[in-house]
Amino acid sequence: MRKLLSMTLLALAGTSAFAGGYRVSLQGQKQLAMGHTGVAVVNSAEVMFFNPAGMSFLEDKFNASVGANALFAKTKFQNETYNWQNSTDNMGTPFNVYASYKINNWLSAGIAVYTPYGSEVEWDRDWQGSHLVNNIDLQAIYIQPTISLKVSDEFAIGGGPIYVTGSVSFDRNLNRSLANEAENRTDVNLEAKGITAWGYTAGFMFNPCKEIRLGVNYRSEIIMEARGGDATFNDVPAFAQGTYSTTTFNADLPLPAELTAGLSFNVTDKWMIAFDYNRTMWRAYESLNVDFDNSVPTSVNPRNYHDTNTYRVGTQYKATDKFTFRAGWYKDESPISSGYFAPETPRNDSMGYTGGLTYQINKKLGVDASFLYLHFDEVDASYDHYQENGQTIPFGGTYKSTVFSPGVGLTYSF
Amino acid sequence: MKNKYIYIAVIAALGLASCEPEFETEVNDASYSAGEADFSSYVAVGNSLTAGYMDGTVFRGGQAYSYPNLLAQKFAIVGGGAFTQPSFADDVNNLGGLMLGGVQIGGTRLVIDFAAGGPEPIVGTPTVEVSNLQATAYNNMGVPGAKSFHLLTPGYGNLGGVALGTANPYFVRHATSANATVLGDAMSKNPTFFTNWIGSNDVLSYATSGGIGVDQTGNFDPSTYGGNDITDPQVFAGTYNLIVNGGTHPVLGPITGLTSNGAKGVVATIPSVTSIPFFTTVPYNPLTKSVLGQGNDAVGEATINALNAQLYGPLKQALTVFGAGNRINLLSTTASNPLLIKDESLTNLSAQLTAAFTPTLGAATAAFYGQVFGQARQATSQDLVLLTTRLAIGTAPVGVPAPLDKYGITYPLEDKHILIPTEKTAIANATASYNNTIKSIAAAQNLAVADMNAIMNRLVNGLRLEDGQIYTADYFAGASNLSTVLFSLDGVHPNPRGYAVIANEIIKVINSHYKAKLPIYEVGGFPGVTVLGSN
Repeated sequence: MRKLLSMTLLALAGTSAFAGGYRVSLQGQKQLAMGHTGVAVVNSAEVMFFNPAGMSFLEDKFNASVGANALFAKTKFQNETYNWQNSTDNMGTPFNVYASYKINNWLSAGIAVYTPYGSEVEWDRDWQGSHLVNNIDLQAIYIQPTISLKVSDEFAIGGGPIYVTGSVSFDRNLNRSLANEAENRTDVNLEAKGITAWGYTAGFMFNPCKEIRLGVNYRSEIIMEARGGDATFNDVPAFAQGTYSTTTFNADLPLPAELTAGLSFNVTDKWMIAFDYNRTMWRAYESLNVDFDNSVPTSVNPRNYHDTNTYRVGTQYKATDKFTFRAGWYKDESPISSGYFAPETPRNDSMGYTGGLTYQINKKLGVDASFLYLHFDEVDASYDHYQENGQTIPFGGTYKSTVFSPGVGLTYSF
Repeated sequence: MKNKYIYIAVIAALGLASCEPEFETEVNDASYSAGEADFSSYVAVGNSLTAGYMDGTVFRGGQAYSYPNLLAQKFAIVGGGAFTQPSFADDVNNLGGLMLGGVQIGGTRLVIDFAAGGPEPIVGTPTVEVSNLQATAYNNMGVPGAKSFHLLTPGYGNLGGVALGTANPYFVRHATSANATVLGDAMSKNPTFFTNWIGSNDVLSYATSGGIGVDQTGNFDPSTYGGNDITDPQVFAGTYNLIVNGGTHPVLGPITGLTSNGAKGVVATIPSVTSIPFFTTVPYNPLTKSVLGQGNDAVGEATINALNAQLYGPLKQALTVFGAGNRINLLSTTASNPLLIKDESLTNLSAQLTAAFTPTLGAATAAFYGQVFGQARQATSQDLVLLTTRLAIGTAPVGVPAPLDKYGITYPLEDKHILIPTEKTAIANATASYNNTIKSIAAAQNLAVADMNAIMNRLVNGLRLEDGQIYTADYFAGASNLSTVLFSLDGVHPNPRGYAVIANEIIKVINSHYKAKLPIYEVGGFPGVTVLGSN
């Protein structure tokens, strides 16, 4: 089993992990199918992400869940003033691996590996908004050793440190018109790999009665500090090559803290309803500043994100010993303030519709399947903080996104 | 077990059925319309501005940014037909310029040589050969250098006339025959829609030559005009009317005008010269002590004191005696001093100055001084210094010995270097008259008017466009306005970004006048001036 886990991890970590946004709520097939609720749900080892305290209430001694999603994110853009149309289709494969082990009656330990943040957006090179972004690929893998203490049969706490390893690659044109002698637009490519950082998660779960669980979980902010990344300027005209020469850069990107509270309610032995509320501290993302090591001026890109709320509801029905069905819904607020809608994260408020099932092959092994459809209203939006020659040059139009993500997973326990 | 497969099939189907984002109202070519206009055959007539001339020439790359070509690309969305421009395929190295029988008669395009500084012709020999005759009528009939009456002149495209100055090398290249007229070739395209931006050269060539030509107001025979003269307003009006409406010319006979077949179109007014960087870039008073000391203030201060003691002081003293002391003031060591210029409208005091200087300088030298400074004065803010004069300031006039060997400092700049107020008035009067003609002829035919004069005047103080940038009519100043400059390095013609502004303004006029709906260009995405690492 250990060999299988490590091989899976290796295979998946090599691929680009993300798509269509920067917080990707796909941290477990069972819980995703229930609207990505889970802070007060004890279903499987997935609980290590949602609320480590829940590990104590898992029935089996050993629990493992492995899963991955195929994330299809599509965004279309148009602007009637200029007859602009563009679109970006991106595919990512976020994954997760959870394994917990009950050491004794009051102590459980395990390890969780998941990918809660990321973004891959690739527009056509030199598209209309290329002075803001040509393409971006942000990856972050969270590795979380976890313990849980069962204080009583009604109350448990849990948590652990989080080690993040990630990378970022970003490309955009230097401005709206600069090109080299061959009329290729001048761009800058930023690449930082092997960025590491530490954070933590902590939570508690309380079962006031047999039917109801309450849970609270907090995952800390983690700042990805890119230091000494490679900044490469491409297609620079000869006269500007003295300034725009290959150099290194420093930049900070916050992966914001998230506070979740929720409850689950067992209506019958077979039927459960769960509610989660997430507060994501996006306020940390004020500005993306890229500080170049040479004389190129620091690139300041105001983001001014605000904290957001997400409201989730999910339900699960154990139809037979073999089949469990799940469905859910959530409302996800965008952290992007008016006038800060940058095409690197073309994401407005959305509604998530989820569903899925588990087929239990035998007592130990089950197959999970889920799907997520994220509905975005079309939105007229612009990014109004790009500066050119001391003037603010807005870039905007109408955006419409869809996100669809089917996923599969395996659950193994004994 | 059967159920299992059904469930799995449902999940698999969901996994494949990914949704496409769709707008409630999709923007595509069908979102736009031609309104009352019919763009199936669009023809542009005009001069260098219509031809896509920039950086002092027409070159292959620049021609692609001519405003008619930009317009045609938008017209194509709403039923516009093919749009052709004179072939510059022989401009293989994209240098522009002109050759006539293997002899260069036109300079290559101007570039900024980053290593050297100022604009200069790109190094190379032109490959655009005038005698390589295309004999083809094109949709873009902009002919660089053409004045209004040239559009009606047979033989303006005759190869044999180029050396004589009676033909235009650019028109020669594509005239359908030696005797063809620009308007005749344009009408052979049977335009359903036209733009007409002719008339600038009827006054501009006088202005860019520093007013050395003649204001021909009152002379109704354009065949007697010199190249740098101002066209008589009545001649302009008559010619413009024929171009737009057709009719019978007393000498040339029947003329088919642009609207003859019921074509609709846009006519454009003539920009006033005071809005063009060619006349607004070099200040009238550039002489600081730093400039005069070539960067060394102490040297400059000494130079100023010496100039005051030896030239400006005695000159002012002598002029004061003759009641003209205000022509010259002593140079200041703290302020920026005006250039010394010749004003041919002033009373000539040569004899008086000669007499005054004879006791100190001797008869011969005094006579020379008298002749040089007889109509000299210092420039004022009312004078316009030509962009090309920048290179003349401080240089030696031909055959003039020290200490008078510095144009603008110890020797007056000449008529060709400066527009003085009387010349400006002649230009302004002609421009105003032409523009009134253009507007009234347009009104009579219910044609749309693109008021380029008004737009250019707004650019002087900065014009905020749809994209948020403030664009100005400033001359290229380096990295500080690389992204906002609209003019090419010749200071008269727009660069690609400037032509995009012009195309947008014409589109807006078409949208409002002909109830069309056409998209505009994002000006900021267009290239500006060409800066090379080395030349």
